[in-house]
Amino acid sequence: MTATTLSAADLTTGRGSLAQFLNDVWVLTKRSIARIRREPETLSEVTIQPVMFVLMFAYVFGGAIAIPGGGNYHEYLIGGMLGMGLAQTAPGTAVAVVSDMSTGLIDRFRSLPMSRAAVLTARTIADLLTQMIGAAVVAGVGLAIGWRVHTGPADVFEAFALALLFGYAFTWAGVCLGMVLRSPEAAQQTGFIIFLPLTFISSAFVPIQGMLGWLQPIAEWNPMSSLAAACRQLFGNPNPAALVDAWPAQHAELAVVCWSLAMLAVFAPLAVHLYRNKGR
Amino acid sequence: MSETPAIEAEGLVKHYGKTKALDGLDLTVGQRTVYGLLGPNGAGKTTAVRVLATLLRPDGGRARVDGHDVVAEAAVVRRIIGLTGQYAALDEYLTGRSNLVMIGRLSRLTTQAATRRADELLERFGLAEAATRAVKTYSGGMRRRLDLAASLIGHPSVLFLDEPTTGLDPTARALMWDIVRELVADGTTLLLTTQYLDEADQLADRIAVIDGGKVIAEGTPTELKVSVGGQRVLLTLAEAGDTAVAVKALQPFAAGSIVPNGSVSEHGSRLLEVPVIATDGLATEVLRALDAAGVGVSDIAVRSASLDDVFLTLTGRAAEAADEDDDKAELAEEAAV
Repeated sequence: MTATTLSAADLTTGRGSLAQFLNDVWVLTKRSIARIRREPETLSEVTIQPVMFVLMFAYVFGGAIAIPGGGNYHEYLIGGMLGMGLAQTAPGTAVAVVSDMSTGLIDRFRSLPMSRAAVLTARTIADLLTQMIGAAVVAGVGLAIGWRVHTGPADVFEAFALALLFGYAFTWAGVCLGMVLRSPEAAQQTGFIIFLPLTFISSAFVPIQGMLGWLQPIAEWNPMSSLAAACRQLFGNPNPAALVDAWPAQHAELAVVCWSLAMLAVFAPLAVHLYRNKGR
Repeated sequence: MSETPAIEAEGLVKHYGKTKALDGLDLTVGQRTVYGLLGPNGAGKTTAVRVLATLLRPDGGRARVDGHDVVAEAAVVRRIIGLTGQYAALDEYLTGRSNLVMIGRLSRLTTQAATRRADELLERFGLAEAATRAVKTYSGGMRRRLDLAASLIGHPSVLFLDEPTTGLDPTARALMWDIVRELVADGTTLLLTTQYLDEADQLADRIAVIDGGKVIAEGTPTELKVSVGGQRVLLTLAEAGDTAVAVKALQPFAAGSIVPNGSVSEHGSRLLEVPVIATDGLATEVLRALDAAGVGVSDIAVRSASLDDVFLTLTGRAAEAADEDDDKAELAEEAAV
């Protein structure tokens, strides 16, 4: 029943394995982008949610939060919101991975002569793209409520680059979560349970100085605190973490890089391992 | 027969916890044939397909596709095979055409070749009009056809179809059968799993009946039916109390165990089913023998053995009853996947 037969020109098998990997990642990333185009509401977690959070914290809680060392809470908030906006895409990553698993689509991918690592890499790249949208939304709503940058373009670029590096590393944690859970609902719930304390027991919304004594070291070493402090520093916003005598608070930028690389080093190989051995 | 078999499995074993999904499965499937794996839920059919399609690593035994080991040469095997599982493995949000092009590109086709092949398959499977619609708007039958098209896009020489018609209505099922027959005419080797006996009978050149993770019978559909005695004589006795005498009188004709059929009263059933080898004048001979033994007969009928009979004879269970027995194994299998 084959009307056409294949000639060598129809195949990409002659290419090297890196070219194949990039081809597969590109094909699958396009798939995720097509999905966003068809269902733009899937972007609500990086569009509507951050706007709601910024407005609620700025106008509901903001007035009650004093910043050690002084400063405007609206300016303080955005450095923390950036991290939250990115980290909260991780449950969405987990949900997408579980969904593909449960429909059998991943089984099909695993039976194809394609790169093993491409499926997960494409997932994380698509999520990095949505995180970029999220970062832009946070910055936009920040500007609207009075957040300003007091430094140069290089510092601003560095702040966003750090935030996206951290967000990308976090995405791999989301992939691992999706590989070990069984249903999209479980992924959503578990992601929420992990993500909420992570963002709230940090300096993302409130200064660490006001927290319970035993909670403070946890918040100081929380990577979200480091990211918030690094962004505030780079934007020239109020940064009370500078007054905290803890290594991650004093070396916020380096801490973000270390945390991100450590998460990538653990979760990316783990995700690929789980993928290879799924159902084995 | 020096040709390399399309599929060879030797003593495949796969455990899921304490459940043995495969317990020494042996298979040999010749090139360009349709091979049916027949068995109830939980018999190990899906596990066997997943091992052969490189998705599962067996705990024991070896398997080769076109001579290539499914574990050591998995990457080579993946270039040869196509797989259609029990659930349509498609992206719900993409159009039918985008799904096929995507799978084509991932099957190492160039964009041009993948697009051309996608359009050709959409046309052939009657999906051309739905090609630009999202898959989530498709009916069950359309999904299955698209799923089958997706597994064909890379021109596989060996195709695995895991229960391709489960859950389809009769029209959609008939359409799938037509497509499968076309594939066979094209020279593709096909391994088909099914729990429908008539499906295996209709489509397969050879059948392996599997139960408890191993092959319990193998052959052409005709050979399997003959092995349980080609034909069946169905008798309704005048008196239920004559059952024992009738069974004794019929023993010389029987090619297998004689089973009471229908409801059994305290005197035994009035209905008897006797597997027999087909011979001329069989019904007359049977009636004579029963008359000589003094057994009155209300009704007699002769019919050809079905694969249902094969299954019942081999496993001692009807195919449907076996389903329930093996639900636990099926659950264990699902839980581990």
